[in-house]
Amino acid sequence: MPFMPVKFTLQKRVKLAQGVWMLYWLSVIVGIVIFSLGIFFKIELRKRSEMMDNNESHLVPNLLMLVGVLACGINAFGGKVCHDSLDPNKFSKWKPMLKMFLLLCCGFNVLLLLVALLCFLMQFAVYLTLAEGLKNGIKFYKDTDTPGRCFMKRTLDMTQIEFRCCGNNNFRDWFEVQWISNRYLDMSNDVVKDRVLSNVEGKYLMDSVPFSCCNPGSPRPCIQHHLTNNSAHYDYDHRTEELNIWVRGCREALFSYYSSMMNSIGALVILTISVDMAGLKYLCTALETMTDPENPESESEGWLLEKGVKETLADVLSKVKMMGKTNQVEEGQYVQSVVTQVFTDM
Amino acid sequence: MAVGRVTFSKAEREKLAEVLWLLNWISVVTGVILFSLGLFLKVEIQKWAEVMSEYGTFYVPHMLITTGLAACCINYLGGQICLDCADTNKFLRWKLVMMPYIICTFFFTSCVLAGALMCYSIRSQLEESLFLGLRNAMRYYKDTDTPGRCYLKRTVDMLQIQFQCCGNTGYRDWFQIQWISSRYLDMTNSAVVDRLRSNVEGKYLMDGVPFSCCSTFSPRPCIQQHLNNRTARLHYDQESQQQNLWRRGCRQALLDHYTGIMESIGLTVLLIWLFELLVLTGVRYLQTAMENVLLLGDPDLESYGWILENSLAEMARSNFNIIKNLGKCYQVDDDPNINVPTAAAEHEVPSQATRIQCSS
Repeated sequence: MPFMPVKFTLQKRVKLAQGVWMLYWLSVIVGIVIFSLGIFFKIELRKRSEMMDNNESHLVPNLLMLVGVLACGINAFGGKVCHDSLDPNKFSKWKPMLKMFLLLCCGFNVLLLLVALLCFLMQFAVYLTLAEGLKNGIKFYKDTDTPGRCFMKRTLDMTQIEFRCCGNNNFRDWFEVQWISNRYLDMSNDVVKDRVLSNVEGKYLMDSVPFSCCNPGSPRPCIQHHLTNNSAHYDYDHRTEELNIWVRGCREALFSYYSSMMNSIGALVILTISVDMAGLKYLCTALETMTDPENPESESEGWLLEKGVKETLADVLSKVKMMGKTNQVEEGQYVQSVVTQVFTDM
Repeated sequence: MAVGRVTFSKAEREKLAEVLWLLNWISVVTGVILFSLGLFLKVEIQKWAEVMSEYGTFYVPHMLITTGLAACCINYLGGQICLDCADTNKFLRWKLVMMPYIICTFFFTSCVLAGALMCYSIRSQLEESLFLGLRNAMRYYKDTDTPGRCYLKRTVDMLQIQFQCCGNTGYRDWFQIQWISSRYLDMTNSAVVDRLRSNVEGKYLMDGVPFSCCSTFSPRPCIQQHLNNRTARLHYDQESQQQNLWRRGCRQALLDHYTGIMESIGLTVLLIWLFELLVLTGVRYLQTAMENVLLLGDPDLESYGWILENSLAEMARSNFNIIKNLGKCYQVDDDPNINVPTAAAEHEVPSQATRIQCSS
């Protein structure tokens, strides 16, 4: 009993071929979209690679670009086959390749599933890389004269302004790090000397943040220095003041940005899989089972699987078992014929 | 002598009609482009409208929007007309509409040209508007508790951050206004009171700037306060000063931004105007050719098409005569139908009788 059989007249076959042809060209466009999304994601990762310590993994965007190109190629070929399938003469030239092509399609769908899964899972890697990278970024903020780190200050300032965030977890991360370089500290000043000496590692720590943490929406001019000292500023309570500086941490801000990007790309890839389904399968089986091959107008039946699901699985399992057994006895042609038989029955 | 006279055979007329139909549809697309350019300009001006003193600059985007809509309608109608012009019978339907349509299109095309020229001439007015607007915005920077001005501080801060500028002409503009609100000033502090008293208008002025003037390219942490005091900081030399704050004034930054946008829009509108002129010329040729064919009687004959029937000088002369004669129709001596009363009064009764006889 075939699985999900459908009867096809000539009209229905023509309609199916046209519909599947459109679907394939739609898939080509989706393939192009996936390719450009891969490029976009790669550019976004490169833009902020300094925030991730230049350590970020480009696996996902590279895979997306590869998958996009493959999708274009495979679906364009499928479209061509659909276009030719309406004429049984042209179709006969494609017939021997069809099984191979269907296998390729199945493999490609598995690859797409893998890429979608990676999109969702790699977010954890991005989170960890961001945490490490931001910690180092804040540490090297003052090193504008060290080659290789001169632009860390600028990058971190622009990130804090653009993403409306301050520090790694929150603004207090700036209190634990010396973010003013020694070249701009007046070491002859007693206050400065006291502060440096009071610290175990000799760092100049203070309860201040850089200007890029300031919130433009605050009703009062930005308070950057002596943030925890209420008496240093008129009418200021650091516990209730919310609008003065950004309260969100940059790790959270950047992570939500990247995770939303990866989630939407993953969703699009899953959509592509569902679009790439068994349309062509119906068509080629329909043509194969034509009762009278010479008369194109005869009815024919199409299906997804020749036997029912359970039977097909049982068949495949038994064939695989046989394959295992025959490997011990005889190789080469017999195994090859069994493999072809397994795939023919699918 | 006709201006630009060209002969058209029947096939050529039909070809012209087809080509014009296609060009009219392309013009509908350019009309949509014009409309969206106007919309884009309006949105861009709206974004920073708070720092512009008057909204006089809105007339350019509104003009572009209306011209774009008009282009769509006129060219759609033109497409319909040109489609029908291929056949002399269908042309009769449109015969009376053609001339007004062409005159309308001519005026509309001049509006497009006016729109393009306006885009280029707006610079001086924009500069004035920005100067006044920014001055007021900076003055009201501290008034975050006054309704209607609460968001001015945020707008100015975002403007300075985004356009990498500071103040109106430069950062020193901030030294001349009080940008810290009195509610955040400790009036019991003698230093604050001194500063307020030292100023004629009682304003708290200082040589400091808001945080949004800070340059992200500076290698050292931003110096916002005591900018005139060289000794307040270590190694605050010329180079540090150059890189510390944004050097450009916001008026210049915004002016450059908008001039760039307007110049590209102006160029696009000029190109669209040239295209519309081409379509107008084609439609005029088609109209005159079809009318001449109708005059000849046989639709298969060749006919002449032209832009103007007589030369420009003759047309001007005939128009002038028409205008002269318009004035003359109210004068009495020339018209024989008007009864001019003569000096003798006794002629009145018989003349009255005569008039009555005539009318009965």
